[in-house]
Amino acid sequence: MFRTWRQKITMTDIMVWIIGLSIAVVVIWGTISTLQSGKYSAASWFDLVIKGLALGGVYALIAMGYTLVYGILRMINFAHSEVFMSGPFTAVFLANALQSNGFLSRQPLLGMLAITLLSMAVSMSVAILVERVAYRPLRNAPRLVPLITAIGASFFLQYTFRGFYGSGFEAYPTIEALNGYWRIGAIPLFKTQAVVIIAAVVMMFLLYAIVMWSKLGKAMRAVSEDKEAAALMGIDVDAIIVFTFALGGAAAGAGGILYILQFPVVHFYMGFIPGLKAFTAAVLGGIGNVPGAFLGAMVLGLLESVGPNLFLDGLGIPVASQLKDAIAFIILVFILIFRPSGILGERLSQTKV
Amino acid sequence: MTKRLFVVLSLFIVAALLLTACGQKGVECDDPIGCVVIGPNEPVHIAYALVVAGPNETLGIDSRNGIEIAISDTGGEILGHPVQFDGEDTGCNAEGGQAAGTKLAADSTIVAVIGTSCSSEARVAMPLFSEAGFVVVSPSNTAPDLTEAGNPNNYPGYFRTAHNDQVQGRVAAEFAYNVLGVRRAATIHDGSLYAEKLQEVFANTFAELGGTVTTQQAVDPNQTDMSSVLTSIAAGNPEIIYFPIFMPAGGFIIRQARITPGLEEVYLMGADGLFSPDVMQGGGAEVEGFMVSSPLVQGPDYDAFVAKYQEMFGTAPISIFHAHAYDAYMLVKAAIESVAIVQSDGTLIIPRQALRDAMAATTNFDGLTGNLTCTPTGDCADPYIAVYQYHAGQYPPEVIWQP
Repeated sequence: MFRTWRQKITMTDIMVWIIGLSIAVVVIWGTISTLQSGKYSAASWFDLVIKGLALGGVYALIAMGYTLVYGILRMINFAHSEVFMSGPFTAVFLANALQSNGFLSRQPLLGMLAITLLSMAVSMSVAILVERVAYRPLRNAPRLVPLITAIGASFFLQYTFRGFYGSGFEAYPTIEALNGYWRIGAIPLFKTQAVVIIAAVVMMFLLYAIVMWSKLGKAMRAVSEDKEAAALMGIDVDAIIVFTFALGGAAAGAGGILYILQFPVVHFYMGFIPGLKAFTAAVLGGIGNVPGAFLGAMVLGLLESVGPNLFLDGLGIPVASQLKDAIAFIILVFILIFRPSGILGERLSQTKV
Repeated sequence: MTKRLFVVLSLFIVAALLLTACGQKGVECDDPIGCVVIGPNEPVHIAYALVVAGPNETLGIDSRNGIEIAISDTGGEILGHPVQFDGEDTGCNAEGGQAAGTKLAADSTIVAVIGTSCSSEARVAMPLFSEAGFVVVSPSNTAPDLTEAGNPNNYPGYFRTAHNDQVQGRVAAEFAYNVLGVRRAATIHDGSLYAEKLQEVFANTFAELGGTVTTQQAVDPNQTDMSSVLTSIAAGNPEIIYFPIFMPAGGFIIRQARITPGLEEVYLMGADGLFSPDVMQGGGAEVEGFMVSSPLVQGPDYDAFVAKYQEMFGTAPISIFHAHAYDAYMLVKAAIESVAIVQSDGTLIIPRQALRDAMAATTNFDGLTGNLTCTPTGDCADPYIAVYQYHAGQYPPEVIWQP
């Protein structure tokens, strides 16, 4: 018994455990000393948590695109960050037009709805176009081929949009209805962040409902399980794949609007970092898994926002906030070492396991 | 087939050798780093290396407009030769500076380069330009390193008409301490040579005056979420945040500072990198009250210049280093005129080292930005720094203080 157990454990395992343990010790030590120093008020922590959750909500909506496409095609759609960029980058012109004729301040709800719908429509069209032009002809090629194509498509889209709208940046108007905050006791809750979190949760629930309880969603899951069998059962596989890209694109377009509510500046390169983070979130939660993408995104958003001040400040590390991406990615690496399929696990069918 | 190709190629090489020999006939050049020889009807080639695309394009385009006005004011020629003016975008980052530097340094017809826009570009492009023998005059580099004697970033052939940040950082700190009356300051830089040095000068001066620097933070130039850095700053209860960085990060700080607990009332101050119409866009309604330190150019000559700018480009100047670029061109032109050897057939010979020496010897040059005198390490500016304040919906910002 003991011998077989010992044979199973290699030096690498031990090293990984030691590194993991020491990082955990550093994190806990940093957290305790930060909290003991009392440098930050409760209001600051609350603020960071809310901002982290709002950021996580955006990541979740983008991550849906990665996770749905992976679930069906087993490929990473790296052009998805440009699908995300295309929506808000186009809708900014509508937003500025609505602002200049005063519609946005008179009817903020209708105006925002129009902007969101345009953003979703553009992102969706770009996603469908990418699928049709870049991925469908390569459906049966080796897995590496569509991956490279995805990167090519990503650059192509970036520079196409740069050609359309220029290399400078455009700013969204301030939505007056979302200015200011509500007070919870002595702590301010900013309207923008609250609206973003609520909208993200509602949209994620809608997406989950579509995938789990609608007929199209059922067909999607069938295609994900086994393409051939699904086709034999009378499901139009191509149509389902297009639907999947459309759904992911629309979610990214909506996520784009939630993103610009927080960071109201758009440019052709804006998709790269959020796209990378959302991909990370999808992997963190378990790629191919819808609730996993949501959980992973929220965890990543929180870690990024709270992490530097909570873990590193107490250790006396200067300019801790610049290490926020490092924290997020180190934690990703360790979750993947100890749980390679992500927090909630990859949803795999029998044949693929 | 291969034989014929070989013969043709050989003929080409022989012809090329003969032509080169002809070209050099009658030219004597004893300059240690070579000469530029400009044939009777050939143009004098002056290039720009400025940021003319991307988020900071107004900075470079504005400077380029200034140079074009200078060329037009002087009839588009130097010593009877037309001026060829073209160049490369530098992107306001090291990568762009490297690319533009490599491309321009390979062109031996270039006499002088006007650029770069951002100090980070100069750090990587200057070794290339200096090696190529160019005279480089920057209208907007302000990092102290570039003209500090003995500093590895100070290269031969480098000059600037922009102020040195030793001056700007000091003025900003004195303004904060004496005029605003604040005693606690925090700074943010973005890792660029310009921002890092400027906030350092500010912090040192502020501490010397008796103030407390609560923290010196850094952000990434492409960062959008500033919440954790602003929360760290808020913990020190500063009265002013000084962030001499660029767009778009500067705009995000302006917007997010107001929604960070503890920073609702803090003074926000930047420097000349944030003097741009893009700040109005990126900062939205929150730009109200945002302050920047920047050079101030005044006088009847400047008013005439602005009128000409309006006429040629259909807009008031869009950034701040147009007059400095105008002066940069004028300095180069004057130096070329003082050292160039004009031959009887109209050929112009410009010895490169002599040109650098002539630039360095500039004294009391009457420019738009003041009375310019160059130091041996390349500082030519006559700095006059004022503080401006933004108001929502109003550009350019208002001058609220001048020394």
